[in-house]
Amino acid sequence: MPDAPAVDVSYFPGCSLATTAKENNQSLIECCRKMGIHMIELADWNCCGSSSAHSINHRLAFDLACRNLSLAPPGRPLVAACPSCTLRLKHAQHLLKNDGAARERYRQLWGKPFDPDLSIRHFFGLLAEVDLERLPAANGHARIDLIFAPYYGCMLNRPHALRSGSDHYGIMEKTLGGLGLRSLHWAYASQCCGTFLTVARPDIVTPKVNAILQGAAESGAECIVTACAMCHMNLEVRCTLKNPIPIFHFSEILSLAFGTSNAQNWFSRHLIDPRPLLKRKGLMS
Amino acid sequence: MAVVTIPKGPTIRLSDLDLRFSKEIKRLAGTDFHACLQCRSCSSGCPFSDYMDYMPNGVMRLVQLGLKAEALACNTIWICVGCHTCTIQCPMAIDIPGVMDALRERALAEHVDIIEPDILNFHREVLSSIERYGRTHKLEIMMRYKLKKFDLLSDLNVGMRMMAKRKLDLTPSRVERVGDVKKLFQE
Repeated sequence: MPDAPAVDVSYFPGCSLATTAKENNQSLIECCRKMGIHMIELADWNCCGSSSAHSINHRLAFDLACRNLSLAPPGRPLVAACPSCTLRLKHAQHLLKNDGAARERYRQLWGKPFDPDLSIRHFFGLLAEVDLERLPAANGHARIDLIFAPYYGCMLNRPHALRSGSDHYGIMEKTLGGLGLRSLHWAYASQCCGTFLTVARPDIVTPKVNAILQGAAESGAECIVTACAMCHMNLEVRCTLKNPIPIFHFSEILSLAFGTSNAQNWFSRHLIDPRPLLKRKGLMS
Repeated sequence: MAVVTIPKGPTIRLSDLDLRFSKEIKRLAGTDFHACLQCRSCSSGCPFSDYMDYMPNGVMRLVQLGLKAEALACNTIWICVGCHTCTIQCPMAIDIPGVMDALRERALAEHVDIIEPDILNFHREVLSSIERYGRTHKLEIMMRYKLKKFDLLSDLNVGMRMMAKRKLDLTPSRVERVGDVKKLFQE
């Protein structure tokens, strides 16, 4: 089936998708292509500053995010799929819009004024505008018979200054529901995974992660679908349960539903192997 | 005559209240924590409050009063990951993680003894990786962090599993014009 005509967007992968979560990156680019979204990687992008920059050096957090904004070509939105990168980029833009000294610093460092019209978006914002019912890729494929626990982590939370617009709550349920999957309500859908504490305080993160995975399984989910690559990694790496249910990146399920030949490459990178479940469900040979 | 018994607690000396500190944190954080009415929504919702010495609402009280030594030395500011669960629950729209950010930065500037040195070391390794490559190189961050701690064994199993699944690249993903990024670290 032909792909939809493409709309160009600038794409900011961020460090997690570029390295530890390549399967998230590849499946995202693929499912976007099928939805008519052409992801053009932001040339020479740098780390958004991650949690560490704003934790101990706010000036650096601002500057690191701003370099990325300065690289974005005008006229097309800058899209990220990592909730944390999106927040860092939007936070810098918020400062630029509201603080003359920030604008002056930007101009001096990057040799041009900042672009007040640059639209910074999370991938979910684009997804919300896609009419899946009219999408060729979304039709004609076997419906996916899976019961999933949608896991948003902390992505629905934002500081008040950045809370205008949609928080994307329910988009995983709505989108995947249209493709045959069944979602359920469960307690931990927006419980934080512990993010960077996974390195220095695994004693805190392990019980959190186990509770999340246990909670999903007890609610009757066959798998968890995550919105964030960092959450995905924490759930897989810090889980100490005996038989945890598999965890998918949202983009993997979307690509699977649209029909893909690359799933094997993605799923072989998971620490909790999802292939037995998919084979049992006839979704993989 | 009725006798009112005041429960015993830590004594707060008026001479310890540093209102200049309070103002400074307010400026750095860009949020008005004086609006906090101690409803404790933040602390009830915080996923990590079990591991904190002061609850988030307690930290708001410390900065309101200007109890600088307590605010800068508490572990709460390091355990907070900035997930903003508290922010969305706060009826007074206080950016609580923003206050934690400001306190951490102040604690470092004032050379306070950091009660969670491992968390600080992790942040420093992340930033030094960004300085070198413009992006984070997770394998190297982990190795350097573990070496500093003289602890190469505790997560060896996790590291090996990640390597086996090609989750940890041996070489970093780099920014081409890394000088652009390095200069940001010179100040």
